[in-house]
Amino acid sequence: MGKTITEKIFDKHIVDNPSDNIQVISLDGVFCHEITTPPAILDLMERGKDRVFDASKIKVVIDHVTPAKDSKTAMQGKILREWVRRHQISDFFDIGQNGVCHALFPEKGFVRPGFTIIMGDSHTCTYGAFGAFAAGVGTTDLEVGILKGVCAFRMPETIKINITGQLPAGVFAKDVILSIIGRLGVNGATNKVIEFDGPLIKAMSMEARMTLCNMAIEAGATCGICNPDMTTIDYLWKFIKDEFINKKAALKAFSALNSDPNAVFATIIEHDITSLTPQVTFGFKPDQIKAVSQMADTPIDQVYIGSCTNGRIEDLRVAADVLKGRRIHKNVRAIVSPATTEIFKEALDEGLIKIFLSAGFCVTNPTCGACLGMSNGVLAEGEVCAATTNRNFNGRMGKGGMVHLMSPATAAASALTGRITNSELFHTFVKIKE
Amino acid sequence: MEKFNGQVLFLNKADINTDEIIPAKYLTEISKQGIGSHLLEDLELEHFSAPKDIIGKAAIITRSNFGCGSSREHAPWALAANGINLVIAESYARIFRRNIFNCGMLAIELSKEEIDYIFNKYRFLKTDVKADTASMEIILTENQKKEKFAFSISDFDKALVKTGGWVNFAESHY
Repeated sequence: MGKTITEKIFDKHIVDNPSDNIQVISLDGVFCHEITTPPAILDLMERGKDRVFDASKIKVVIDHVTPAKDSKTAMQGKILREWVRRHQISDFFDIGQNGVCHALFPEKGFVRPGFTIIMGDSHTCTYGAFGAFAAGVGTTDLEVGILKGVCAFRMPETIKINITGQLPAGVFAKDVILSIIGRLGVNGATNKVIEFDGPLIKAMSMEARMTLCNMAIEAGATCGICNPDMTTIDYLWKFIKDEFINKKAALKAFSALNSDPNAVFATIIEHDITSLTPQVTFGFKPDQIKAVSQMADTPIDQVYIGSCTNGRIEDLRVAADVLKGRRIHKNVRAIVSPATTEIFKEALDEGLIKIFLSAGFCVTNPTCGACLGMSNGVLAEGEVCAATTNRNFNGRMGKGGMVHLMSPATAAASALTGRITNSELFHTFVKIKE
Repeated sequence: MEKFNGQVLFLNKADINTDEIIPAKYLTEISKQGIGSHLLEDLELEHFSAPKDIIGKAAIITRSNFGCGSSREHAPWALAANGINLVIAESYARIFRRNIFNCGMLAIELSKEEIDYIFNKYRFLKTDVKADTASMEIILTENQKKEKFAFSISDFDKALVKTGGWVNFAESHY
């Protein structure tokens, strides 16, 4: 019987099988940010066990509220900084070099095919884009990860989604994943891994794959995962070039992990996106999805482009392409937050930042802030935000606010009209007018 | 090991997420006790108002996919800070369920039929619950009448409850 990529990764990392189908696995990465890590650090100190299992496998960032907005967030940063120094953790990214964790850590080469990674953040599933098993955990799992380098999982079954068709104009990875969450439901993949496969995945960049895997948790999945291929190797080559003779050798090594043709899946879903149109959420759950055309008259107060879902360079390029030479609507305020310092620099070099500023956007430093209503773009009661983020929960970006999730192209087009708008229709409209 | 008994808070809604259990704006709090007063603050639900309906409760009975969304363990901590250490539901989001057991608390699954039955019969009545991890049953008590429901959790989850959580378990095993 064949095995899935997730089963192969588990096989290589098994430490213990304490009961039933619970497996304790060793960890290649324990990633930390300033919101969920300080309580773990304080608990370890209280227990007299202020140790780390392997400082080289712990990667740390301050990203949720940066710069600190008040004394409490300043203290969270302080606890993390002191811990990093105490244990000589060298991969620490503070303000000036930081970024939204799930954009930053892949960019630094910390995520490799076959790795097992945990982080005290539900969108850790993003790293599955590289063929890693990566799962969001709570602070206690993180604490044990830091101390012992292990984590317990119920061995997850895999839902395979075979995505076929070519992306129509104006349709992006975000629209694809919204359509999949709409199909599975917020509970549709709980305790399972979603393996994204098929011709569309093979044609996708790593950035697009990360957007897909990032939102696997919104269907309840433990992890989203893609089988590594030459696109994965190309992205990682600068980090792994000393480990392999050439890219072909790296591909051979990594593709041994890929799911076998006769692997057993819980379900195989065929998902054809040939006639997919831009998608947007309408309620307080990420599986409440409509076509943008059905929501086209919805007025908005704020546009937010950023986050671990859609704050990468490709996202900024797409948005800037819609915004170039235009101004945002007078009733809209718009914010763009490049997800990492490197992305910010790239956007500057490519002239994208100038396009955003000329269009009337506020460009902020990299941070998670607005996405979860902590800082840098909190909504007032009754306000509506067109956002490229991942959660539209009630009050997510501010109590009483409404969040509509969409692609960067749709968000940019919506900034121009003040209403939820299909970027392609906008393009067509302008072309006719011109 | 903790005791799992007391008055029930009924939350008649599926997919209650961790932002509703504890909004992100309170995650700047470092102390586990400090967030307790904001438990379920953003939950919009008929016949429920926080914090008044939370006072004196020791357990929650709710529908499917409880605790979906963010991985924040602040959700179980906020429950614990209010004296709630037992949740009974049709199903849970993976991370939330893990967090509950990791804290030495108890999350029990009952079938949809049982949850429907319990809601129909008890939701507007002052109901007490007791969960026994030895006999693997919960006992609902209303006006001195008792009703039992069997449940199952894995030996691993049972061990976490017994040892007081995952840190203690991991310390003695790995």
